[in-house]
Amino acid sequence: MKLFFHGGGCGDVCCLRVQNLSVKIGSETILHDFNMHVHCGELVALIGPNGAGKSTFLKAVLGQVDYDGVIAFSSPGQRDRRPRIGYVPQSPTFDPGDPVSVADLFACCMSKRPAFLGLSKTMRKTVLECLSRVHGEDLIDKRVGTLSGGELQRVLLALALEPLPNILILDEPLSGVDVEGMGVLMDMLDEIRKTYDLSILMTTHDFSNLGRYADQVVLIDRTVLAQGKPDDVLSSEAFQKIFHRGGGK
Amino acid sequence: MSIWYWFCDFIPLELLRWEFMRNALLAILLMAPLFGILSTMIVTGRMSFFSDALGHSAFTGIAIGCICGIAAPLWVAVIFSVVFALLFSFVRSRSNQAADTLIGVFSSTAVALGIFIATLGGGSFTKYNKYLIGDVLSVTPGEIGTLALVLVGVLVFWCLYANRLTLSSIHPQLASSRGIPVGISQTIFTTAIAVVVTLAISSVGLLILNSLLVLPGASSRNVSRNLKQYHLFSVVFALIAGIAGLVISYYWGASSGAAISLVLALIFAVTFCLRKARA
Repeated sequence: MKLFFHGGGCGDVCCLRVQNLSVKIGSETILHDFNMHVHCGELVALIGPNGAGKSTFLKAVLGQVDYDGVIAFSSPGQRDRRPRIGYVPQSPTFDPGDPVSVADLFACCMSKRPAFLGLSKTMRKTVLECLSRVHGEDLIDKRVGTLSGGELQRVLLALALEPLPNILILDEPLSGVDVEGMGVLMDMLDEIRKTYDLSILMTTHDFSNLGRYADQVVLIDRTVLAQGKPDDVLSSEAFQKIFHRGGGK
Repeated sequence: MSIWYWFCDFIPLELLRWEFMRNALLAILLMAPLFGILSTMIVTGRMSFFSDALGHSAFTGIAIGCICGIAAPLWVAVIFSVVFALLFSFVRSRSNQAADTLIGVFSSTAVALGIFIATLGGGSFTKYNKYLIGDVLSVTPGEIGTLALVLVGVLVFWCLYANRLTLSSIHPQLASSRGIPVGISQTIFTTAIAVVVTLAISSVGLLILNSLLVLPGASSRNVSRNLKQYHLFSVVFALIAGIAGLVISYYWGASSGAAISLVLALIFAVTFCLRKARA
């Protein structure tokens, strides 16, 4: 298992390079011969059928599962440090009964001061600044268990952006979000990507927004089947074979 | 202790004329924040059944200590409980069985082993009643000192680990992505619970120990909107129940531990009715 920074390879614009990746859980091979690049400032959508290994791939990038092969990061000026990865987990559910406010959640993640003592004025100001990135300042005192799907995704997105990561990873951010919320969330991701020149890697089952927002689409089913511009992948033979479609977007 | 006795001289309450009541009140004042704080995480982490199982394992440890002729079986129980907690964490991380099933397996094994050892060779079970029912009225200054040390230890531990433990409990995957070693955090907390449960067992008793570890947090959860309120209400409820239970047991001549538990149950009922007031 290797996780390191690389210098160049695709002209110093490659933010994440995955080479010959394979992941086994028990005796089952989840991913094999997996190769892909994410360029800096790109939004890359990872698509594939259920059980294709999308979440496992993200876990490998996060270092949460053992793997063989190479996962390499490039981040100008930070070559000696482990890359900062902002992560928004799949279908994040919190118990509606948990007495944990959004402010508490931020404090637990970011502050050394115990959250049960309450937030300092400085910390509260920082949390409000973080939430302003996702236009969610009004959510600060709400309990996390009572947030709607869209609100929760925005809060977790704000959390993933503090400190500003080298790469932002989102696992099915559109699941559990209504159609209106999807548009709001994708617009927000696009704005964040442009503002911070951030690379974004996300898995999704929703193909309707890919043409508008994604720079690159990677179709996988335990290995990479097709990758490239959204139109090219969505009209590819592999895509049609897997989803039994006529290349619909 | 003499400072505490001197302080009690200024409180015009008849029940505080007795030294054993003064000791019991001090023990309650130490145990209330201890259980109140731990209760919040036990409830959030869905570990209430587990703390009960730990109590059973502590009883087994005491039985082993007694049978081996060790002067202070409580410390044997602490070691046994910690081993029990670590073994449970190990099996849980490597099993696909539900946590409550594994707790049932460990709990029933511990109880069976305890009773088997205690009655080995036709031995009497009576001497273990102290640990089963417990009696805060018979708490000794030495036990109060132990409780004070445990409280200080838990407060320090809480200030250092509460944020990580909370995040690990409410969303392990998110905690892991933020660099928190979820498994290690949970094991440390489990071990801490094992130590506290076992040390408190002689003064509180096994049968009602679990209610003190669950009810303050459960009641507080009914009416709290954030972590600050959650901890504050939990400690306050434990304090109210502790003092009220002690007074009730004194005047009505009933078990102090049972009285404390019943007051806690009443507090839970009241907060349950008020829970809709929470936004």
